[in-house]
Amino acid sequence: MLRSYYFRLGFKNLDRMALFLLLPSLLFLIIFFLYPFFYGLILSFTPEKGKPIYDNFYVFLTDDWQRSTIWKTIRLAIPITILAILWSVPLAYTMRRGIRFERVVTTFLILPVSLGTVLIAEGVLGFLGGNGWFNQFLINIGLIEEPLRLTYNYIGVVIGLFLKNFPFCFLMLLGYVSGINPEIENSARILGASPRQVFWRVMLPLMAPGITIAFALVFVLDFAVFPTAILLGQPADATRTIAIAAYQMAFEHYDMPKASAIAMIMAVIQIIFLAIILAFRKRLYRGTSLGIAKG
Amino acid sequence: MKVVTRKSLWLLAFYMFVFGFIILMFGIISHVAVSSLAKVWFATPLPPGFTTKWYVFAYKEFQLPHVMYVTVAVAAGVVFIGLLISFPAAYVFARKDFPGKNYLMILYLLPILVPQMTYGIPLATAFSKFRIAGSILGIILANLVPMIPFGIFILTPFFEQIDISIESSARILGAGRLRIFQKILLPLCIPGMLVAGLLMLIQTVANFELSFLVAGTESQTLLINLYYAIFAAGMRPIYAVDAMAVIYMLLVMSLLLIILRFVPPTQMVFRLDRR
Repeated sequence: MLRSYYFRLGFKNLDRMALFLLLPSLLFLIIFFLYPFFYGLILSFTPEKGKPIYDNFYVFLTDDWQRSTIWKTIRLAIPITILAILWSVPLAYTMRRGIRFERVVTTFLILPVSLGTVLIAEGVLGFLGGNGWFNQFLINIGLIEEPLRLTYNYIGVVIGLFLKNFPFCFLMLLGYVSGINPEIENSARILGASPRQVFWRVMLPLMAPGITIAFALVFVLDFAVFPTAILLGQPADATRTIAIAAYQMAFEHYDMPKASAIAMIMAVIQIIFLAIILAFRKRLYRGTSLGIAKG
Repeated sequence: MKVVTRKSLWLLAFYMFVFGFIILMFGIISHVAVSSLAKVWFATPLPPGFTTKWYVFAYKEFQLPHVMYVTVAVAAGVVFIGLLISFPAAYVFARKDFPGKNYLMILYLLPILVPQMTYGIPLATAFSKFRIAGSILGIILANLVPMIPFGIFILTPFFEQIDISIESSARILGAGRLRIFQKILLPLCIPGMLVAGLLMLIQTVANFELSFLVAGTESQTLLINLYYAIFAAGMRPIYAVDAMAVIYMLLVMSLLLIILRFVPPTQMVFRLDRR
């Protein structure tokens, strides 16, 4: 009976056993990922008594102080993402066939990704702080007289986030570039293309799909910045990001409907951005990713 | 000739950037380490005197035994349940083709790709409604949300490598499903389980967002405890906070050292080419 039902749906190959094996993970994600999301969505449309249904969003978007968090977050996320991509692409390209000390370099790069933003923040506070080694060094060689202010401001957040997300972006792209069949590059060279032409006309278009996805992923990560903005920035002012606004609403004001509304606005902005990137990717690089992955 | 100069210039810039990055990371890590051992330290290249008393201080002041217990319990729970749930699902993903498989893949990708802060707040809200927020169980469940799909995507290629004809032969020779699982799939998948388990372990120990949003005062992992210590800087000596940071760092680095024996660094981040 059950089996014929699967047949009608076209689930020929998904026998009862496979469904049974898949079920625990599926149930888990439905209960602990999809359900909370829809719970939050419904909550965000649950206003206080007598207010219109969109009130939680309206309150956030009409309050200058709250709305400015969107701009403050974008102001952080876009430059950091562009910086990370601009450094990652040439570096990954240079390392596509391996370099000397590659193991050392990649190990040092995986370190900040593994340690996480909180530890990086503590390290940057010490090393780049007013009394840290970096400022001491610059003062001792006579380059500056007053220590540079690199922490507890916008620059601090940029540095902290770059340290974590640049290696993430770079290692992602390095994996992608080294998956491109080297024969393609060799053919281009044999046919007389210069190294410059190989990069701009052959390899960059082949890397483009990976670059756009990496760009989208890193931007979305940067847009959700939270601990770095608090520990290394001015969380009450210049680096009060949208994630901080959502957190404060939830755990300092205990206003879950309004907090959910802010989280939803955050998600919507991320989705809009992703859609723009993916549309851009489709327009520019149709078909170039075919048949390049070695697997 | 012109090309050669440009190329070597580029290589110089390349090595300078890599070198600068390594110096920065090295400086960050050693600054924390030196500070944790300083008696006092103020604007000199090295502190005038060294001591290990801040570790003793941190041990008492930050309730380190309890924090370590929470961290280990959470990590063990996530790895154990995570492997248990993702192992069978990875098998299905590797072996079966069914309509809607791609859509299912997208659902499984979402918790990995969507930032944890974005879905963490609705998750924490739902958890507090059902009173599982603030408990160790809550932190385990929250961390499992990205870790189960992550485990599936790590394990699937390991199953794909196992030739399906081995399974078929065993079946022809009369082995039942349980026996095939015991004698063939499980032994062949031990390396995959090891890699997936280790990667889950390090990501759980280093997870900030989800653990932070769900943790209560009695259920802070080492990293969350460290965050609050940095956040409330000035309440306690910075040297003691740095001692905590060093303990966390040693834990993550020793895990990383083990992992790097099995996994190349490029595979530790999200793989772009698998889409």
